[in-house]
Amino acid sequence: MLARGMALARLRKKRKRIDKVKTIIVTAMAVMFAAVFLLPIILTFTNSFMSASEISANYGSIFATTDKGGKVFVSKTVNLKLIPDMITFAQYYTVLFKSPEYLFKFWNSVIDVAPIVVVQLGVATLAAYGFARYDGKLKRAIFFAYIIIMLMPYQVTLVPNFLVSRSLGLYGSAWSILLPGFFSPFAVYLLTKFMKRIPTEVMEAASIDGANEWMIFTRICMPLCKGGLASIAILVFFDYWNMVEQPLILLPDSDKHPLSVFLSKINTGEISLAFAVAVIYLVPPLLIFLYGEDYLVEGISYQGGIKG
Amino acid sequence: MTVGKRKSLISWLFLAPSLLGVTVFFVAPFFVVIYYSLIDNPIQQNFVGFNNFINVWKNAAFKQAGVNTMQFSFLAVPLAVILSLFLAAVMESRIPGKSYFRTFFLSPLMVPTASVVLIWQVFFNYNGIINNAMQLLGADKIDFLKSDKAQIVIVVLFLWKNLGYNMILFMAALASIPKELMEVAALENASKFQVFWYVKVRYMSSTILFVAIMSLINSFKVFREIYLMTGDYPYSSLYMMQHFMNNTFASLDYQKLSAAAIIMFMVVSGLVYIMYQVENFYGKDLEG
Repeated sequence: MLARGMALARLRKKRKRIDKVKTIIVTAMAVMFAAVFLLPIILTFTNSFMSASEISANYGSIFATTDKGGKVFVSKTVNLKLIPDMITFAQYYTVLFKSPEYLFKFWNSVIDVAPIVVVQLGVATLAAYGFARYDGKLKRAIFFAYIIIMLMPYQVTLVPNFLVSRSLGLYGSAWSILLPGFFSPFAVYLLTKFMKRIPTEVMEAASIDGANEWMIFTRICMPLCKGGLASIAILVFFDYWNMVEQPLILLPDSDKHPLSVFLSKINTGEISLAFAVAVIYLVPPLLIFLYGEDYLVEGISYQGGIKG
Repeated sequence: MTVGKRKSLISWLFLAPSLLGVTVFFVAPFFVVIYYSLIDNPIQQNFVGFNNFINVWKNAAFKQAGVNTMQFSFLAVPLAVILSLFLAAVMESRIPGKSYFRTFFLSPLMVPTASVVLIWQVFFNYNGIINNAMQLLGADKIDFLKSDKAQIVIVVLFLWKNLGYNMILFMAALASIPKELMEVAALENASKFQVFWYVKVRYMSSTILFVAIMSLINSFKVFREIYLMTGDYPYSSLYMMQHFMNNTFASLDYQKLSAAAIIMFMVVSGLVYIMYQVENFYGKDLEG
């Protein structure tokens, strides 16, 4: 009996040790993955503090497509540097105070994206309430159509977008991007899923107490969807802050392009600035991400299962 | 009018702005696209049947773009599903600092493509880091972005960007599996693999479908990365559908454009439909 007990204890101890080893292995794997995931972001940050000559010395052989004739030493190979030899804010200074074109593009991004996030969410909250409140066959069919539109890649939807903006005379202006963005079904789809989880009894109770639909919408539904609204706003923001397809097709004038497109056209002379520009462009989504990560995770979690 | 009817009418008012916008900007012009795909040119408007489709289908650039895009999606989407499921499973086990890892894995989602393409170029350029390392190991240098391996670079970039998002979806699904189900499995002496495969994966089938569909949609967006790294005319293996569309836009050939968009629409619908059917067949006895 005693021997058996001891054997059991030993077995348990062994299992514990195996568990511990397992935890270590799994953690090591996770650390490795995390390093790979973070490296590009960290490198972009640290490189933005390098001086122009350090960047061209390190990466010159990559971006040197045209010879500018400067006395810059360009090494044949690339040195990946995590930490700059000397930290300098010169690149930031140039971008912020000496080369207005970058700030212009940044501003283009802001005035394209901010209205889209605000209006798309406004339109979508109303629509989601309409979809979620009273179910019906017709509504379900329409909702299905929304899903199909949502699933279509830009390669498909940009052609109709282009035709409309041309016939409305908006082609080439920011409106040609804004208007389709306002009515994109993505936020409607997600918000409807959020709202359908609100128990009908809550709203019915308010209705019996004499609240009209608008009051139910503003006083009950909206407060309950705050988290959902935040998370969808974040997702919509990320997507549009990153847009490339729409401006390339709808805005022939590259002065109106947002910064997201612009880095493709950066040339050798400006390569030292590119990292600083990249970081500046990264700051708004980074702040939003750090501030709203929990909302974001909650919002993504709600999406799972396209049927529900 | 009964109270119920009036209320449902009001709910349509809530829908109205969105319905109007979607109709004007997406649905109605799509019918115009269909019309354009069937005529010879916008001025004469002669009905030509399926000629435009046949022309587009025979177009070498379209074929190249179609094959490349398909190839990319068929490589990237399964990887995105499997790897993120794996990541979610790792995150489910006991590891310290779990919430930090979640943040790390999710962070690429917020990084604008434009901000990281520089670093990817540093890695994958002919004189880049990876080639340096390969030279040290005695291998030959490869000009990744100008070779047939270019798609692999983009797949890596795609996975980097999308795994975190998919992982969150799977983590939510894993957390929602009823405890009783696992207990029953334990009582029946199911092995870990059996639990994972027959209980977890089956229970998550609708999430897997969703992740697959979202990954497919996102795989069409890699044009962003490719464009920012290689511009309008990349190496032929990176010539994607969006490149074809952009160039056709530039030449203002509406017929070609419309026909291509409709073909694309049908292919995407078809793929989504097939995935739906597979999920229906596989997970039908599970869903309420």
